[in-house]
Amino acid sequence: MNTRSFHDEIRRNKRTSILFVALVAVVLAGLGWSIGLYLGDPRVGVGIALLFAAIQVLVLLTMGDSIALLAAGAKEVSHADEPVLYNVVEEMSIAAGIPMPRVFVIETDSMNAFATGMSPQRAAVAVTRGLMRRLNRDELQGVIAHEMSHIRFYDIRLSIVVAVMVGAIVMLSDMFLRWAFWFGGRGSSRDRGQGQAIIMVVAIVFAILAPIFAMLLQFAVSRKREYLADAGAAELTRYPAGLASALRKLAYSNRPFKEAGKAFSHLYIVNPLKPATKLSSAFATHPPIEERIKRLEQMALIYSAPGEEGNGSGPAASQGRRKG
Amino acid sequence: MEFSPLWIVAAVAVIFVLWFFGTYNVLVRLKNQVKNAWAQIDVQLKRRHDLIPNLVEACKGYMKFEQETLNKVIEARSKAMSAQSVKDAAQAENMLTGALKSLFALVENYPDLKANTNVMQLMEELSSTENKISFARQFYNDAVMRYNTKIQQIPANVVAGIGKFTAEDFFEIEEPSEREVPKVDLSF
Repeated sequence: MNTRSFHDEIRRNKRTSILFVALVAVVLAGLGWSIGLYLGDPRVGVGIALLFAAIQVLVLLTMGDSIALLAAGAKEVSHADEPVLYNVVEEMSIAAGIPMPRVFVIETDSMNAFATGMSPQRAAVAVTRGLMRRLNRDELQGVIAHEMSHIRFYDIRLSIVVAVMVGAIVMLSDMFLRWAFWFGGRGSSRDRGQGQAIIMVVAIVFAILAPIFAMLLQFAVSRKREYLADAGAAELTRYPAGLASALRKLAYSNRPFKEAGKAFSHLYIVNPLKPATKLSSAFATHPPIEERIKRLEQMALIYSAPGEEGNGSGPAASQGRRKG
Repeated sequence: MEFSPLWIVAAVAVIFVLWFFGTYNVLVRLKNQVKNAWAQIDVQLKRRHDLIPNLVEACKGYMKFEQETLNKVIEARSKAMSAQSVKDAAQAENMLTGALKSLFALVENYPDLKANTNVMQLMEELSSTENKISFARQFYNDAVMRYNTKIQQIPANVVAGIGKFTAEDFFEIEEPSEREVPKVDLSF
C-alpha cells in the first residue's frame, strides 16, 4: 500500500532528523567543552554553550513564526482577495488533515513559496505573485502540498532548532577565536607549560572546524526534508506530476528573489538566491531540482499503475483531467 | 531473592492488563480519527449542497434548452441531502458529482455564461468544493483503512472483539458509469 510506505518514510526521516539534532548538540557541547578546558573548567563551557542555544531556541519558538514573513514582505490575503489560491490551500489542508493555515502573497515576479509556523495549529503559507501567475492549478496544488507537508511533518520547527544551534556554534567559535587571538597569545604561554599550549591548539582547531561541520549537517538536514516534503506532496495530491511540472518551471524560467534573505533561504521550495544547478553539493540547502523531478516522476509511475491503490484512490484522476 | 510462581503470574497479569488498556486506547483514537474525517466530508458536502441552488439559478437564464441537466442536478442534490447511512450518502453524492460534471461540460458551450464573473466564481467554488470532498474522502478512507487493519490484526482483534469495535465503511468513489457492465452487441 502506498500510504504504508509513506508512513515508513516519514518515520525513517524523523529518526535521521533526531540523529542530526543530536549530532549538532554533541558538536555544540564539544565546542563548549574545549573552550571551557582552555578557560579552566570544561563543565562551565558546556553549560554556557547549551544555555546559550536553549535561550535562542526558546525565543525563536515563541516568536520566530512571523520573522520570515516580515523579511519577505508577505501580505495576508483572504478568500475574497485570492479565491483560487485560498481554495487550493484549503483543499490541501483537508487532504493533510490539519487546520487551515493563514495565506500570504509576496508581490514579486520571481516564482517561489514557503511555509512557516512552529506547529500545524499556527502555520502560514506564502507564495509569490509570479508563482500564482505562471503555474496552472495542478502545479500550484503540488507546490502548496509540498509546503503543507513541511507543516505537518514539523519541518519548520526542526529547521529552526537546527539553525539556531548551528548559529550558536558559529557565534561561540567566533567569539572564542577572537578572544584567543587578542589575549591567548599574550606572554604567559611559557608559564603555563606545554600541556596548556596543546590544549589551546586543540581548542582553536576545534573552534575552526566545528562551525563548518555543523553547517554541513544543517544543509544535509535541509536537503533531506525537501525530498520528504516532495514525497508528502505526492501523498496528498496523489498526482506527483503536478509538482514535477511546477519544479521544472521554477528551475528553468525563474529569477532569483534576493529579498528572501540568506537566513530564510532554506525555507523556500527552491533556493531563492541561486539559480538551479545539476550538481549535488554538500553546501546546498536544496537538492538538485533534476533529482527531485526524477524522484517525483518515479512516484507518478506508482500512482498511475492500475490496481495499485485499494479504496478511495482519491482525486488523482479528476485532478489530472481538470486543467486550471 | 526468591521468585514464587505467584509473582510471575501477577507480573504477567499486570503486563497483560497494561497491554489491553494500551491497545484499547489506540483503537479509540483510530475510531475517533475516522469520525473526525467523516465530519470533514460532511462539512464539504453541506457546502456543495448550499452552492448548487445558486449556480443553477445563475445558469437558468442562459441554458433554457438544458432543463434536463439542471433538473438532474437538483434531483441528485435533494436525494443526497436525505441520505442516511455512509453507504447511501456515498452513492447519492457520487450521482451528484456525475450530474455536476455534465453541467460543467455543458457550460463550455455557452460563451456568454463563461463571461459572467458571478457564474465563474460559483464554478470555481463548486469545483474547489468537489476537490475538497475528494481530498476529505481520501483522508477519511486512509483513516478507515488504518482503523480496519488494526482491528483485524492479531492480537488487537481480541481487544476489538471485547470492546465491540466493528469495521467502518469506506467512502467508495465508484461512479455509476464505471459500475455498469459494458454492453456488447452480439446480434451479428
